[in-house]
Amino acid sequence: MKIIVLMKQVANKDAILRIGKDEKWIDESDISHQTNESDGYALEEALRLKEAKGEGEVIVCTLGAASAKTVLKDALARGADRGIHIIVNEPNKLSPFQIAKTIADAIGEESADLIFTGLQSDDASYGQTGVILAELLGIPHATIVIDLDRSSLGESLRLKRELESGWYQWFTYKLPALLTIQSGISQIRYASLKGIMAAKKKEIRDVTPGVEDYASAQKIEKVYLPLKTKQTQMLGDGDAKKGALELVEKLKTEVRVL
Amino acid sequence: MSILVFIEHKDCVLNKASLEAVAAAQSIAKDTGLKVTAVIPCSKDCSLAQEISQYNLDKVIVAKNDKLNIYTPDGYADAWEQIIKQTNAQYVVMAHTYQVRDFAPKVAARFGKEIVGDCIRYTNNGGKLTFTRRIFLGKLDADVTIEGGAPYFVTFQSGSFRGDNAEKGSAQTETVEVDVKELRMTPEEPFQEAKASVDLTKSGIIVAVGRGIKSQENIAVAQALADALGADLAASRPICDAEWLPIDRQIGSSGQTVAPKVYIALGISGAIQHTVGMKNAGTIVAVNKDAEAPIFDIADYGIVGDLFEVVPTLVEEIKKAKS
Ligand SMILES: Cc1cc2nc3c(=O)[nH]c(=O)nc-3n(C[C@H](O)[C@H](O)[C@H](O)COP(=O)(O)OP(=O)(O)OC[C@H]3O[C@@H](n4cnc5c(N)ncnc54)[C@H](O)[C@@H]3O)c2cc1C
Repeated sequence: MKIIVLMKQVANKDAILRIGKDEKWIDESDISHQTNESDGYALEEALRLKEAKGEGEVIVCTLGAASAKTVLKDALARGADRGIHIIVNEPNKLSPFQIAKTIADAIGEESADLIFTGLQSDDASYGQTGVILAELLGIPHATIVIDLDRSSLGESLRLKRELESGWYQWFTYKLPALLTIQSGISQIRYASLKGIMAAKKKEIRDVTPGVEDYASAQKIEKVYLPLKTKQTQMLGDGDAKKGALELVEKLKTEVRVL
Repeated sequence: MSILVFIEHKDCVLNKASLEAVAAAQSIAKDTGLKVTAVIPCSKDCSLAQEISQYNLDKVIVAKNDKLNIYTPDGYADAWEQIIKQTNAQYVVMAHTYQVRDFAPKVAARFGKEIVGDCIRYTNNGGKLTFTRRIFLGKLDADVTIEGGAPYFVTFQSGSFRGDNAEKGSAQTETVEVDVKELRMTPEEPFQEAKASVDLTKSGIIVAVGRGIKSQENIAVAQALADALGADLAASRPICDAEWLPIDRQIGSSGQTVAPKVYIALGISGAIQHTVGMKNAGTIVAVNKDAEAPIFDIADYGIVGDLFEVVPTLVEEIKKAKS
């Protein structure tokens, strides 16, 4: 059984974002990065599925700049078997269809039984790369997957999707299939020292794709700070303690809960 | 040529988010001179069609096939593909619900297109529409235009348009039998997990923690504040994902929707999937060390600072005030 996990490098959650000179993206030059949150869960679930089955191969694949190699190395250290790096220097310039098409060209021949992705990236948040990829590969997909019935794995797989407001639904999918994984599906393991050592010997294949032009792209014209819509009373002028004192006063006199 | 708008339902009961999409489609119709057709995939002569025909629409189409009795992405994609071709649709407008996230990109891909997804508004510059999407979990906005030819696929975030602003009128209803090929997935019945043991919808005051709380041990810091206020403790998704608090304390689109008198958000950035669950609170207080955190945009009171400095002082002063 072969599982491909798609993982993306994104800006660190706590990084201070500066808008780039052309105002079309953030300035990524000296920003710290991390693996997209839900992609980490996608990897974890792939590893667990392989372990439950007792055989198989987990391949991690990223489309990104040279720096994105750390995403693959980290995944290999956690237990993935090999990596594919589709090298694109400015992935933010590609629209979701182009990304899906480029990935389809790079991994199509692997003929995986399952492809896992995170449900959306925390930067561009297109939330559709996986679904378009499935359609291009001619396989079915499920999004927002929050549980797998691992024992059901065979010609098909039973999975649980998250619906809105605390509702869920089980589906059985014929394989091959593509699943986009929701955060929280299972607890993520840490890389062990042994895993980190073993990763050094694992293969990462670099792919330099020819990215096709795409006439129907959505084009980012301008990126900016959201306009404020509500009058917020800011308390304490940056002094935490003063802010706390002022808030208690407000809770007494304006909100009247004390 | 028309604008198609998706009417989402379960067993012919409307998902109200679709009315927001109707309002959005009507607005785009005014700007482009196009007419709006509502589309309801269903296995029956859908009883919802009557209700939807009372909006200002050109037409209501029930896309009918036995296999559309319960949602599947394959079934919905087949139905939509045919309706879009038949109507020569210019725009396809939908609410950005979990179901739409699931099938809309698949439909778009069949036309070689993608989705401009989760938009919060659009502007009309002489007939060319510019859509605004929120990116980086709400920290930035991006203005986006779509290149190439129709159909254009657009989805709008919950709350971008008001469903009760959808214009009333009267529309003809039409049933179109659609072909649905093989379904490669078999759905079971949707269900809710065992009843939540805490019902936060009845709470007067909620203290909610986000990833800024850093560790499970630190939950005690927020608990102390909740105790001092007589409040209930709640959390953003990452806290429940990490099992630092049980999932029935999660607020947001996948968790509970609450409207307490006071909601105090500690170390929560304010992503849309969280704020849809609490934005109707009477008073919103946000404590966050990042002055640009989007949570401040919906807060009544904000403190920019380290929650580990703010909260102990708060607890102390509240205790004083109460004694
Ligand atoms: C389909 C879908 C469904 C989802 N459903 C939900 C849902 O139901 N509920 C939900 O909450 N989320 C949900 N999410 C996730 C959501 O998009 C966000 O990722 C999540 O809400 C972020 O949680 P957070 O604010 O705690 O973490 P972060 O976004 O990481 O924010 C942490 C904040 O803490 C601040 N901070 C850090 N340290 C300190 C300190 N010492 N003092 C003060 N502030 C500090 C930081 O400045 C930052 O603003 C969903 C996402 C998707 C895609």
